[in-house]
Order: sequence, then structure tokens, then C-alpha cells
Amino acid sequence: MPVPDVKEKWGAEVVSVVIGATKAEGGTREKTITVGGAKTIPFIKYEGNTGHRPVIAMDVLDVVPPEWPSALLEALGDCVRDPVEWAKAAVGRFGADLVCLKLDGCHPDKGNRPVEEAVAAVKRVRDAVGCPLIIWGCDDETKDNELMPKVSQAVKGERCLLGCAKQDNYKTITAVCHADGHDLIALAPLDINIQKQVHILISDMEFPADRIVMFPTTGALGYGLEYAFSIQERSRLAALGGDKMMRMPVLVDAGNEAWRAKEAKAEDADAPAWGPKKERGPAWEMLTAVTLLQAGADIIRMRHPKAIATTRRVIDDLTS
Amino acid sequence: MIAVGERINGMFKDVKKAIRNKDKAILQDLAIRQTKEGAKYLDINTGVAVTPEEQPEVMKWMVHAVQEVCDTPLALDSQKIPVLEAGLSAVRRPAMINSCKCDEAYLDQFLPLAVQHGASLVVLTMTDKGPLQDVDGRIEAIGQICGKALEHGLEFDRIFIDPVIFPVNVDQKQPGYLMQVFQQIKVISDPPPHTIVGLSNVSQGTQERPLINRTMLVMSIAAGLDAAIMDVLDTDLMDAALCAEMLLNKQIYSESFLRAGRM
Repeated sequence: MPVPDVKEKWGAEVVSVVIGATKAEGGTREKTITVGGAKTIPFIKYEGNTGHRPVIAMDVLDVVPPEWPSALLEALGDCVRDPVEWAKAAVGRFGADLVCLKLDGCHPDKGNRPVEEAVAAVKRVRDAVGCPLIIWGCDDETKDNELMPKVSQAVKGERCLLGCAKQDNYKTITAVCHADGHDLIALAPLDINIQKQVHILISDMEFPADRIVMFPTTGALGYGLEYAFSIQERSRLAALGGDKMMRMPVLVDAGNEAWRAKEAKAEDADAPAWGPKKERGPAWEMLTAVTLLQAGADIIRMRHPKAIATTRRVIDDLTS
Repeated sequence: MIAVGERINGMFKDVKKAIRNKDKAILQDLAIRQTKEGAKYLDINTGVAVTPEEQPEVMKWMVHAVQEVCDTPLALDSQKIPVLEAGLSAVRRPAMINSCKCDEAYLDQFLPLAVQHGASLVVLTMTDKGPLQDVDGRIEAIGQICGKALEHGLEFDRIFIDPVIFPVNVDQKQPGYLMQVFQQIKVISDPPPHTIVGLSNVSQGTQERPLINRTMLVMSIAAGLDAAIMDVLDTDLMDAALCAEMLLNKQIYSESFLRAGRM
């Protein structure tokens, strides 16, 4: 008697989103990156097409990071003094696939830089690297509504991935992304129902389905990882099952979240039983990233070079 | 839930007139509106005012008219091979053959037709002798239908079992029997074939038709029904179906879940 075929067959797939535009397409990127496209659950290649390879975006701030943990700053070195040097190192010796330019300097509590300075930094980074760009606001809604339209204008034609649209604040960024040809990150605070609603609101503005990336918010190891995993898993299964409003590729923020944990940032003297900080922090970040890869992660924002290298090796193994 | 929009049927006055006058616009309007309300298939039925000799050509004409304005897959509503073949030759996307009875002779004709055209097939638990009227008889027939489907190579994802709904005022035990069939079919195989009903039949000749249809649909979905030939233009009916699916965790809730469910 033949063994029955127990492979799962899914009726739908995750949308593919292209980030970046080459000269032929009206931009100046050396290459584009495509994310998403999974037709089955992560890495189960024998069941079907597992989609495009997950990519790593290294966080680059527009200002010198004010209070980052020493373990992180020591690993990054001097390049953090200038976003251009940092971006070049990110896709150069640190091995990231693309850069996530995080415009923290504009945040009212982190420097409150004028919008024009951030836009100038964006242009310099754009001119310095050929990789596709994620550009993320300062996470203050009022400032971002002033900042992101100018950013969008400045990089018009480059098909950048801009962040973020939220349930209570999506109209401005959705409109400018639409007009300037960018992709859009849709954020929800670890709430799958709100996540779906944000996608509906964006789609109501006629924003194209193949330019939306989902950011469900990330919980780091020890700080919500399992909950984030369960939401990503449920979202991915809904996408494969045909839910048109959940079929976006997923972005994970492993770097920022993991390095908030005391386990990642504590000095050796303060936590001698936890092991050396130069391994602890990157391990915390890497474990957050690698765990969430299993639930369907298409873009991972990361910070520590060692965490990036290890996560990259895991992705190599799982996609080979 | 797979909603098959029932409206493009020659038994309705407007469609009958459209067929007689070769007026595409009426059919196209119904196609677009039903799609907008969430129909995953559009049922296309020439109706009996069209003679059997004319039905193949009319079916072809109706398919072309609808496909001019929308991409929604079509359910070809006829039990006659020449009519179905005419429709199948014209469709652009995999169609649903609606339907055939479950006598072995019919299954040996219709299953290969579905396989050949990449189509789905609706099979009634009904033979030339009449519809099966109890739960066990229906389940037995379904088992046989599944066996024949395996034999002919049609995967269960493309079989839609219609356990034949009776008007409730003809036999009030039948809705309950159908609920049992929807539950028990899941034991027959994994994955099981789909289930489908011609929903409006349950209220044929009764009062409170919309209420009866709506309640029957919700109860059936809870029992495991996953497809229905129904009036998708009845907003309350579609809303109730989408709500039932959400309550069964088959659709993720969002504030606009009634709109999202129609996308």
C-alpha cells in the first residue's frame, strides 16, 4: 500500500515586495532586493516554494548613538560617528543585505534635530551606498508627519521601504509613499486584529498590495518573544490560507529590542554570572532573530556584527 | 467560506430577459456586483426557458459576457454534458462543474471531465432513483464518491459534496440530517472533500425566506459546511456567514472584518 502524501498544500501565498530601484527603473541602486513570496511554511522546502531568502538590514542611526551598550559600540567601532561610514560598513565588512537608516536624531527626546538635517543625512547615505534602503522615522508621530514626507520626496524614485504607518497615524505616510513610489511598513503593537485593520486602512487608500511590509512589533528573548512568535505564526498561516489582508512579508526588529534587555547590555562587573558581555549581547540578539525566522520573517533589523554573521549562517543553512 | 453567487440564472426574470434579448449589460452588472460582495465563484445557469438544443450556445454566450468584465471563476450550472463542454471550452480560469448525480455511470463521465479541464466537481447525494434521505445513506454515498474520485485521480480539494437540501416545510428533519453529514464527512478522509448546499432551497415555498436561509447557513457553517450557492447580494446573509467564520477562528477579526471577508 503506498504511503499517503502528507505534504500540506496551501491555497495562497505571501506577496513578493521589491525594495530598491536600479537606474533602468528610475533609481540609483546597484541592485534590488525582493522579499516575501512564500507558498508554504518557513524552510519546509519539500512542501513547496519557501519564497525569497530572508534578508538582514543593519540599523544605521543618523546621529551618533547616544546611550548604546558598550558591548555594541565596541563591536561597531568608529564608523558610528558618521552614517555614511556606518552604512558602508553595514553592507561591506558587516555583511548585511541592506541598510535600515533610523532617524532617531529627530526625536524630541533624543536631540530633536531639525527635519532638514535628517533629510541631508538621508541623501548622503543614499549617495554613498548602492544597496536598497529602509528609512525609518523617529517614532514620534508629530515629528514623523513632518519628517517622512520630506524624506520620501528626497529619495523619490528609489523605491525605499519607509516606516511606519499605524492605525491612528497612517494617512500622511501612506499618501507620500504612494505618490513617490515607495514601499510602506505597516506597524501594529503585537495585536493581530489591529495589524489586519491597518492593512485594510492602507488598502482603502488604494495603496498597492505588493508594496506593503508588515511589522507586528518584536518582543525580544525573555521580553515577549513567544507572543511575537505566535502572532507571526498565525499571520503567516492566515496568509497561506488565503487572507488577502495578511499576506504581506514580515519585518522583525531584533537589534533594537534585544539590546534593550539587561541580559544583553549589562556590564561584566554587574552580572558576572551571565558570561562575558561581548558574547552575551550578540547571543541575545541572534536568538531573537533566529527564533522569529521560524515563524516567517522576511526582513530582520539587526545591530551587532557578530549577531548578523551568525544569523546569516543560520539562514544559509536553512535555505541551502 | 466559498460563496458561489447564485444570481446569474435564467429562472430570474431579468436574466431570462437578458438571454432573450442578448443583453450583456444585465449579466455583467450582476457579475461585478456579486464579485464585489465576496463571491468566489459565479454560478451561470441558462434556465429552462432556453431549449436543450440552444443551451450550449447560450451557456457559451453567458460565459463570454461575464468574462469580459471580471476574472471571478465560474460555476457552470447544468447536468448536461454538451452544455458543460460548451462552458468549459470558453472559461479562462478553472471552473466548477455544478453538478452531477452520484450514480456510478455519471461519476465515470463527469470525473474525467473535471480532471481533463482542471475543474472542480459538485456531486449530489442523489441518483436517478431520487435523493438519499437519511444520514447513513448519504455518508455511504459520499464514501463511494470519494472512492471513484481516487480512482479517476480527482483530488478531494476539487470535490464539492452537495447532500441535497430539502425545503424545510417538506421535511423538517432534513436540516438536522445535513448538519450531521457536515460533521461526519470530516471522518471520511483528511483532508475531506468540500461540502456545498444550494442554500435557497431550504426556504422554497416558506415565509421568512431570508431569515431561514441565514439561520440555516450559520448553523451549517458551525457544523462544518464550507461552500454555498447563495444570494451574495443579501448583505445580511453574507455578513452572517462572515461573522460565523470569524467566530470559528477561520478568519482573523479586525474592525472591518465584514469588508475584509469580502475582499
